[in-house]
Amino acid sequence: MAISTDKLNTLTIAEAARALRARECTVPELFEACASASLAQNTELNAFRELFSDATTDALIAAAQKQIDDAIAGGPTALEALPLMCGIPVATKDNILIDGRIAGASAKMLENYKATYDSTVAAKLRAQGAIFIGRTNMDEFALGGSTENSAYGVTKNPHDTGRVAGGTSGGSAAAVAANLTIAALGTDTGGSVRNPSSYCGVVGLKPTYGAVSRSGLIAAASSFDQAGPITKTVADAKILFNAIKGHDPLDSTTIPADFTYPVADAIQSQKKTLKIGVPRHLLEKGLDPDVAKNFEATLETLKAEGHEVIDIALPTSSYAIAAYYIINFAEVSTNLSRFDGIRYGHAARGKTLLDDYLESRTEGFGDESKRRILLGTFVLSAGYIDAYYRKALAARSQLATEYTNALAEVDVIATPTMPTPAFVIGEKSDPVSMYLEDIFTVTANLTGLPALSVPMGTVARGDKNIPAGIQFTAPKGAEDLLFTIGAAVTGETVY
Amino acid sequence: MATTDDVKKLAALARITVPEEKLAKFAEEFEAILGYVSKLDELVVPQATPLLPYTNVFRADENPHEIGKYTEKLTEQFPAREGDLLSVKQILIHD
Repeated sequence: MAISTDKLNTLTIAEAARALRARECTVPELFEACASASLAQNTELNAFRELFSDATTDALIAAAQKQIDDAIAGGPTALEALPLMCGIPVATKDNILIDGRIAGASAKMLENYKATYDSTVAAKLRAQGAIFIGRTNMDEFALGGSTENSAYGVTKNPHDTGRVAGGTSGGSAAAVAANLTIAALGTDTGGSVRNPSSYCGVVGLKPTYGAVSRSGLIAAASSFDQAGPITKTVADAKILFNAIKGHDPLDSTTIPADFTYPVADAIQSQKKTLKIGVPRHLLEKGLDPDVAKNFEATLETLKAEGHEVIDIALPTSSYAIAAYYIINFAEVSTNLSRFDGIRYGHAARGKTLLDDYLESRTEGFGDESKRRILLGTFVLSAGYIDAYYRKALAARSQLATEYTNALAEVDVIATPTMPTPAFVIGEKSDPVSMYLEDIFTVTANLTGLPALSVPMGTVARGDKNIPAGIQFTAPKGAEDLLFTIGAAVTGETVY
Repeated sequence: MATTDDVKKLAALARITVPEEKLAKFAEEFEAILGYVSKLDELVVPQATPLLPYTNVFRADENPHEIGKYTEKLTEQFPAREGDLLSVKQILIHD
């Protein structure tokens, strides 16, 4: 039985993969459903910077359909070998390089920058037959938490267009939430996959640092950056994560294939009920009461299903935002120093070569980029590097030890993903109040641990219901534990 | 920290110009941000706290891609070029 073609965009990866194999729909129909929904809604949401609809995309679609047809003709073994991502439209954040496409990081600096090669994540998806549907809006250079720092306007939350979609992968999360695509990729430096996933009511995974290659991502803060899936279900997050992960010779920080994690895969798959640690001391201040209520209710449900919830202490977490931002400023200012208007990117021309640099950088960077470049220059300067940067590294190390110790006692750690639901556009105008929103998310980046945000209901704001997310953090390499507990929250079965 | 002069000095080091009318706002924001992150001063970290085990990773300088494979794609992005060469302003000025 064919699925109504105007609803195909609402499918999950798992549903679409099944429908394509059962010939209930075709790759062109699936793509068309997403593309037309995107065309209809993008003017309002501003989720996409660009929709990829041309001969290059048509060729990807035709090749994927042929791969599926061949697999069907080849019988059960061929179908089994067909990648789940084959024929699935995927939106990619504007900082993920796709050969021949513009990758602009939603910054004026890279407005016309055309990628000269595929990022490893794009190459993997391409090899599996996924269809790139378009590049999504983000905070410029992945600096922000609301997509308000995009040089091309804010992305609006599909649940209430007066509110932000979160950030920095706001376009990816909004596109998934509004069914403009089947799934999306974001990148997460301090919560940039999980924050918009929480605000938009979708699932977002920040993988273990080194699980996914950073080759071909426009770098924000290299010791934090990880690409991750933004999807409609936990099962889909697992499918997309499996599609992009793996050691990569092009990224020396990726984890070798033969590396053994402390929590082995076999143990992860056997665990059906988990011990969940909750750092209560972090929830005492600054947490929205409605979000707190949903969080407690979700924990109660998990308890009723046989999971155990215990209090844990992570005292260094109170210093996490301070340590995170110092390191972020330092790494961002270093990474953004490559943009000088000489070889590529925005190129203003003045009287001298120095003027060329000054004018290109002054015109090409937005205020938040400038702020972080200057602060990074400060925390790395002689006389201040010990008090700021090196102290932050020590705090990071102490925090990592604290998390490792806590995760020896519990399977996962739970907090709300964000302390508040999505806020009204323009409401947070000072940088510090924006940074404080990251209290629960930055710890996974500081420690390198994987973390998953899944929807935990909605909170009422006026006549609208705004989503909230619960976040689970697991030991390194224990993404499967996150999928198990995430699925317990959403009521899914994950294989 | 965080006078408008400090902002100007950092901007010069980072090859950025902060316009006069924004200097005061930047200085005020820096004051607030540095004030917040200075809370790290309270944290007592044992002297011997080992940092995360970062190591440099090297690979042999071998197996290059064929010469010219990316030339056109890269030169296409140049703001100014002469053939396959990147054209820039004269660096040394002889007065």
